[in-house]
Amino acid sequence: MYDPRLSIIGERLSGINRIIVVSSGKGGVGKSLIASTISLLLARRGFKVGLLDLDFTSPTTHVVLGVTGMQPSEDRGIVPPTVHGIKYMSLIFYLGERLAPLRGSELSNALLEVLSVTLWGSIDFLMIDMPPGISDLMLDVLKYVRGASFLVVTSPSRMAFETVRKLLLLLKSLKAPVIGVIENMKMDESEYIRREVEALGEIFLGEIHFDRKLEESLGSVSKLLETSFAREVEEIIQRILAYN
Amino acid sequence: MHEWALAEAVISSLKEIANREGLKEIREVHLKVGELQQVDEEILLFALSQMRSGKLANTKFILKTSRARFKCRVCGHKWLLKEVKAPDEVKESIHFIPEVAYAYIRCPKCNSPDFEVSSGRGLWILSVRGVK
Repeated sequence: MYDPRLSIIGERLSGINRIIVVSSGKGGVGKSLIASTISLLLARRGFKVGLLDLDFTSPTTHVVLGVTGMQPSEDRGIVPPTVHGIKYMSLIFYLGERLAPLRGSELSNALLEVLSVTLWGSIDFLMIDMPPGISDLMLDVLKYVRGASFLVVTSPSRMAFETVRKLLLLLKSLKAPVIGVIENMKMDESEYIRREVEALGEIFLGEIHFDRKLEESLGSVSKLLETSFAREVEEIIQRILAYN
Repeated sequence: MHEWALAEAVISSLKEIANREGLKEIREVHLKVGELQQVDEEILLFALSQMRSGKLANTKFILKTSRARFKCRVCGHKWLLKEVKAPDEVKESIHFIPEVAYAYIRCPKCNSPDFEVSSGRGLWILSVRGVK
């Protein structure tokens, strides 16, 4: 038996100039906020941007973007709706408020389905928001999303970085391109993360300080883009754009 | 229609298979269509017929439906899709992304959401008959 989805994924992604996978390995470090904010800022710069939420069991980018009352359309596949200038795809369109408790093989199947039916068209960037963990979905993204580069997010916590270090080592061992590491939610002037990242031979892209007003901005893109969080993300974008 | 996206994937796979196996022509293809996704087989066949070209110009497509069966991973109960009562919008969501079923279907015996789709998921190329 042959799964025909495997033959069409490359075609579906062929119109995308750069695919950036926002990952961490650890949960709660701000991947979804960073993936969403980078998408918004790139779109504001005039780039054509897609955002794919692969956190199938706990998607949250729709909360950041304030997505309500929208559905993808159908035209020989699924056409993602445009949200604040971004082509946006998430299982939330099909799940609503419900939880889909998925095991590993089901996560893989959901990923293959989404990749094989979503029509991104011609875009400059596809940002992928990954779930926490270095398991099935990460391995599947490495296998099926060819040409992607990885943007790794950590918090200042040594506990978070313990996992991030393993992810970075995995990516390096697989020769997967790593754009660099962002330190999010920084609350002091510790150089620990920068030192550790550079010791691994990776690029420290910058730090984003803990922003107490960020929570209030969730769901309002105009408020989000006025936060100090967004300003610091904007500074990092320059370094992401410089990455080849 | 989603069936067109599935047909496109099948055609793309068959072209790959023809090239890999050195086939001059593909004459017959057997496809297994999982019931869970509720694919409209007429539309799928029509889409396939419209997309045929080159080595696939005369390919005959034969569809076989695979009944969707579920098995609870907690209590072992087995049941069929036809026993599941779901509104049309839920069926449509499952049509696009079958794993959405896990948000709506539970074991009718013990109410667990932890079950497996033991058959009837997805679209598969079962066999290809061609000429070298």
